[in-house]
Amino acid sequence: MTTVIHAEGLGKKYRRSLSARRSDTLRDAFTNFVRSPLAAFRPPQHETFWALRDVSLEVHEGEVLGLIGRNGAGKTTLLKILSRITRPTTGWAEIRGRVRSLLEVGTGFHGELSGRENAYLSGSILGMSKREIDRKFDEIVAFAEIDKFIDTPVKHYSSGMYVRLAFAVAAHLEPEILLVDEVLAVGDINFQKKCLGKMGDVARAGRTVVLVSHQLNQIRRLCHRVVWIDAGSVRHDGPTHEVVSAYESAMASDGTSGRVSLRGPGTKAHFIRWELGVSPGRELHTLDILGPITVKFILEVQQPIRKGHHGIVLHNQDRQVIWGSAIEPLELEAGQHELSHTFPMLPLRPGMYSWLVSLWEDGEELDEWDCTPDMLVGTEVHQHPRDEWNGILNMPARFEVRKDECFGHDHASAHSTSPQEH
Amino acid sequence: MATATSNPSVEAPATKLPRGSVSVRIEPPRGLFNLHLGELWAYRELLYFLVWRDVKVRYKQTVIGVLWVVLQPLLTMGVFTLIFGRLAKLPSNGLPYPVFYFAALVPWAYFSTALQKCTSVIVDNQNVITKVYFPRLVLPIAAVSSGLVDFSIGFVVMIALTLGYGIRPTIATFLLPVLILLAVLTALSVGLWTSALNALYRDVSSITPFFVQFWMLASPVAYPSSLVPERWRWLYGLNPMAGVIDGFRWALTGHGQPPGPMILVSAAMVMVLLIGGLFFFQRMEGNVTDRV
Repeated sequence: MTTVIHAEGLGKKYRRSLSARRSDTLRDAFTNFVRSPLAAFRPPQHETFWALRDVSLEVHEGEVLGLIGRNGAGKTTLLKILSRITRPTTGWAEIRGRVRSLLEVGTGFHGELSGRENAYLSGSILGMSKREIDRKFDEIVAFAEIDKFIDTPVKHYSSGMYVRLAFAVAAHLEPEILLVDEVLAVGDINFQKKCLGKMGDVARAGRTVVLVSHQLNQIRRLCHRVVWIDAGSVRHDGPTHEVVSAYESAMASDGTSGRVSLRGPGTKAHFIRWELGVSPGRELHTLDILGPITVKFILEVQQPIRKGHHGIVLHNQDRQVIWGSAIEPLELEAGQHELSHTFPMLPLRPGMYSWLVSLWEDGEELDEWDCTPDMLVGTEVHQHPRDEWNGILNMPARFEVRKDECFGHDHASAHSTSPQEH
Repeated sequence: MATATSNPSVEAPATKLPRGSVSVRIEPPRGLFNLHLGELWAYRELLYFLVWRDVKVRYKQTVIGVLWVVLQPLLTMGVFTLIFGRLAKLPSNGLPYPVFYFAALVPWAYFSTALQKCTSVIVDNQNVITKVYFPRLVLPIAAVSSGLVDFSIGFVVMIALTLGYGIRPTIATFLLPVLILLAVLTALSVGLWTSALNALYRDVSSITPFFVQFWMLASPVAYPSSLVPERWRWLYGLNPMAGVIDGFRWALTGHGQPPGPMILVSAAMVMVLLIGGLFFFQRMEGNVTDRV
């Protein structure tokens, strides 16, 4: 197999100037100079840190490589070096083929310009030629599903339309090597799937893709190989399932993995995993119906529990409590248990959510688990398309209009806009 | 409802792409003489689209759009005619004051807006340059190019005004493109320095307007360069805009002195500034992306 990306010992050092010496403006630079003119001739004192250190990497033609790791681990820095946005401090890399990078949705978009104009502008900034955009323009508009608004300035677009157009442009890039950063985290779920489908096509067409994502399901679905970047270095490089599992177990056991994961003594009982009660073959952690839905938590009990208390909380991505409840008293024998909560409906707007479950006995915490993975909600949207009007509940509502003379009659002509359930 | 495109067994496809002809080597910044000017040509369409964006946005945002482009130099011309002409009675090479001033204000207005736009171009486009690669040099070039649209509108008015005063264009009019090019290169060469500096020190763009104002006083906009003593004329020529503006008046009207050695000094000065600016800009490029 041909190697298309070869990186050797890549490192990137950033400087954080010590605050007193930092001059962001000429005025500061001047004042600093006046205050201590000699300092200008001394080597500047910087606090340096390596965002990336000695990273070597090979990507083969047609391979889809996933980059995973915590926030600040250096994934984006690596991607920025490979896409030539920033220069490495050490090491080198050689890339063979036309590279396009997608680090943001709507790069180069300008609010005053129409959808059409932005498609050309953004396409061109992302590296498409005018002829290429001309040729794909209709396809882009169809993909974005915004044909009626193509000549409206994008500042009047809803956020959803904006994202769809931005993606449609990006999805029609035809690079030999595509570098993608966490951009698929936005937009509604259906559109995300469409984009993933398109990216899957890209991968199947034999193009090389390097993808940064926190969504491990996405990584599992798309990537042939995964590199786990930790504290600026490669911690693990190997087949997808192997690296992702290693990463997951490290995250689950690691107390500093971004969010606080409190664990009680855990000797008497502990949570093992969680899943949604969905029909076989469906994603266990993706919610794509409004309800009814059952959420199950698997609990391993070592010694019988008498006066148990089970707490449960649903968080959104901003760690706001969406819902919480507690059940007591609870009696559990030793062995594996499935604690299941059935909801007639979970009207959550699409996005990432997480469950937090706990188990107590007699005021003593046995286990508290911030469930991994997160729950991805991808239900059909029943909300206003604009963010300022849609609110936090994704609730289908039946709407009727009746004329006053018909009040009380059973055969009033009802106009229903209630969306279909699945 | 789209179905999940779940694909449990992802395997690397066996198909091979034709070997990519482009190969890029990524290395730490080193050396001075690495301008990659050839790469600019590959990005000429991007340059076109950036200019096109600037022009579109400019004319969409201002209510009176084109009218403003014409009004601005016309009003300045009126004020100059009144104050420097009628009150201060400065000489005008025997030209009617409105023509004398307008012929200078059109290239000057271009230069001053182009330079100020160019100064802030890196900071204005930071959301793009931190997200995608292209030769950064495209940005200042686009900034000085987009002003040419305003310039052409002013230019048409200028021709109308000269003809209106019964001044017939001479053969020297054909030298105008050279002078315009000199004005563009002056704005670019200085802009390369200021744009890179502005990315490092944000207040550079607030100093530039003052700088440009002083520069105007050092250029023959409000007065003819004949006011400058003969023996200092060569020094005056170090200001490239002096050569451009004098040349403009002469080429349009046939009045005044044809640009002599002074414009050669101007051209040489621009070349020095431009080459220095290119290296400075290129050298700052890496830093700039990390700092903005």
